[in-house]
Amino acid sequence: MTEKVKVTNLTKIFGKQIPQAKKLLSEGKDKKEILAQTGCTVGVNQANFTINEGELFVIMGLSGSGKSTIIRMINRLINSTDGDVEIDGQKVMQLSKEELRKLRQDKIGMVFQNFALFPHLTVLQNAEYGLALKKVDSSTQEKKAKEALDLVGLNGYDQQYPDQLSGGMQQRVGLARALANDAEILLMDEAFSALDPLYRKEMQDLLLQIQEKMHKTIIFIGHDLNEALKLGDRILIMRDGNIEQIGEPEEILTHPANDYVERFIEGVDRTRVLTASSVMTKAHVINIAKAGPRVALRRMRDNDISSIYVVDNENKFVGFADAHDVSDLIKQGSKDLRSVLKTDVPKTLADTPINDLINDISKTPIPYIVVDEEDHLQGIILRGAVLAAISGEEVNA
Amino acid sequence: MGSIGALPLADWVNSGVDWLSQFTGFFNSITAFFQAIIDAIQWVFDLLPEWLFIIVILAFTYWIKRDQKKLGFMIFEALGLLLIWNLGFWRDMTQTLTLVLSSSLIAIVIGIPLGIWMAKSSKAEVVIKPILDFMQTLPAFVYLIPAVAFFGIGMVPGVLASVIFAMPPTVRMTNLGIRQVPEDLIEAADSFGSTSWQKLIGLQLPMAKNTIMSGVNQTMMLGLSMVVIASMIGALGLGTQVYFAVGRNDAGAGFAAGIAVVIVAIILDRITQSFNKTSH
Ligand SMILES: Nc1ncnc2c1ncn2[C@@H]1O[C@H](COP(=O)(O)OP(=O)(O)O)[C@@H](O)[C@H]1O
Ligand SMILES: [Mg+2]
Repeated sequence: MTEKVKVTNLTKIFGKQIPQAKKLLSEGKDKKEILAQTGCTVGVNQANFTINEGELFVIMGLSGSGKSTIIRMINRLINSTDGDVEIDGQKVMQLSKEELRKLRQDKIGMVFQNFALFPHLTVLQNAEYGLALKKVDSSTQEKKAKEALDLVGLNGYDQQYPDQLSGGMQQRVGLARALANDAEILLMDEAFSALDPLYRKEMQDLLLQIQEKMHKTIIFIGHDLNEALKLGDRILIMRDGNIEQIGEPEEILTHPANDYVERFIEGVDRTRVLTASSVMTKAHVINIAKAGPRVALRRMRDNDISSIYVVDNENKFVGFADAHDVSDLIKQGSKDLRSVLKTDVPKTLADTPINDLINDISKTPIPYIVVDEEDHLQGIILRGAVLAAISGEEVNA
Repeated sequence: MGSIGALPLADWVNSGVDWLSQFTGFFNSITAFFQAIIDAIQWVFDLLPEWLFIIVILAFTYWIKRDQKKLGFMIFEALGLLLIWNLGFWRDMTQTLTLVLSSSLIAIVIGIPLGIWMAKSSKAEVVIKPILDFMQTLPAFVYLIPAVAFFGIGMVPGVLASVIFAMPPTVRMTNLGIRQVPEDLIEAADSFGSTSWQKLIGLQLPMAKNTIMSGVNQTMMLGLSMVVIASMIGALGLGTQVYFAVGRNDAGAGFAAGIAVVIVAIILDRITQSFNKTSH
């Protein structure tokens, strides 16, 4: 993985008495105290993280937690008080005015909460905006802008003006404007927050669809956790300018770093995020190449279970054996488990969302087995585990 | 106050004016420059026969108000201009137009850049704002005297006096219009890497267009309100007719010339207003 954006010790303090505020900050005083003593607002405090190329990185937090401030320091719409942002190794805060404009023109596209479309320009002209700034010739401008509008599902609206479109469609234009000049990095500040739920879902799906094709590096700000969990490859959670946790969606749900994050994720719709692998438990397994009926039966007795999973040398699933059948087999004097193995077991891939499984899991009496792409057995899903995961209890792996 | 003595403000101004008078050559060339503009506009008006002028105005109105209601106004224009022609004020009317248009043109050429500068620099705003107030509130007669001293008698000092009095709205409204462009649009333009020139031409001026046009409209109306005063220093036109009628104590003639001024005012007002009604 290539590092695309690297944020180091990034700090922003708003106000006049920056030195005092900085000193208090280094003494570990919090945002409220610093505001009371100096009148300065801590926007972001010592943020450190890296975003990889092709990653959809979501920044979450309540209003005022510093999300917009961080994203605006990435393209330096706001200068940092301390620390720097590196984009492809280039230190953003050190760039000259000219270099900064070049960086913004060539690499970064931004999408805004209230769309920020230019009302005096047509949809097509809006989409062409970035290219026009770069003085690309007009036929290329039109071609690329139309491609971008196509991509967001807006062909045929070229000559309309933004105020003739619905909010959802306006934001499609906003997205097309950012995509048209081939930006490698998309900055999306609450891009979908102003939309109705239905439009919002549509736009989320659209973004995922586009991302699958284009593999941009996307920094997406939101305050809806479900949205973050749906979109994010990784999620950063902020509070009062501080980073509370960075991790993959499942990691955040299953291992919240602290009480704050735990409270933050309360009430979230887990079924959409949790996958089979996060709710599965370890299966009791024997290797058919090494063990016969007697070993199998002893293992079941030792562990107080009534059936056991059987794999081959490569840990590929072969079947499962019932304790009754195995003891019958022993009475008959057979040494080969194969004759009693059951193979009609419900099976699922490790990265299947439990949302897709939940109905079937509640209907089948025997546990699902979880395998990877090569059919290697990963674990099994017990019904209770699913319910526990949805209700937010820790899943014991 | 008496114990301190009056400040010799008048003396200071007089010596300033005296000092400036040594640059006669400079003022003469300015006069010649403005006279050329005025002559060019007047030349066009004199070229057109009355009927053709009326048709041109009607056609222009038709075009500028192409997506608005216009019939009633066009009838008013035709009748109003015919009345002026009939009353024998035609040439005075064109001279008044020349005065208003050339002073507005100068006010726009100076005022819009000044307004832009104010919008871009808060320091400039702090300095320019009181100067604008000063220009608008200082009684016109006060600067008519030095205007005559530097630019002689005639259209030029009249135009310049009108510029001083009429320019502030254009400057103010340009400043206001640009400052009113929403912050998020500015941010969007910045985020895509536009230069400040690209921002100005591609975003701020187009977005401020309507506000600026209403400033220009006010400038024209104020310019028109100066015609009588300007006539006192030799600017020809309807103002001269009013001024003479007042001198002869001839209420009827004064009223007739006054009506002609009102007709011109309404036509100019409606036409410039329709500039800012065109959508997008
Ligand atoms: N220009 C500014 N001047 C002063 N304080 C600001 C400014 N911009 C943001 N802040 C403060 O910084 C903090 C973080 O703001 P912001 O990044 O906009 O939060 P978020 O986007 O997460 O809602 C808030 O407390 C806000 O009041
Ligand atoms: Mg914000």
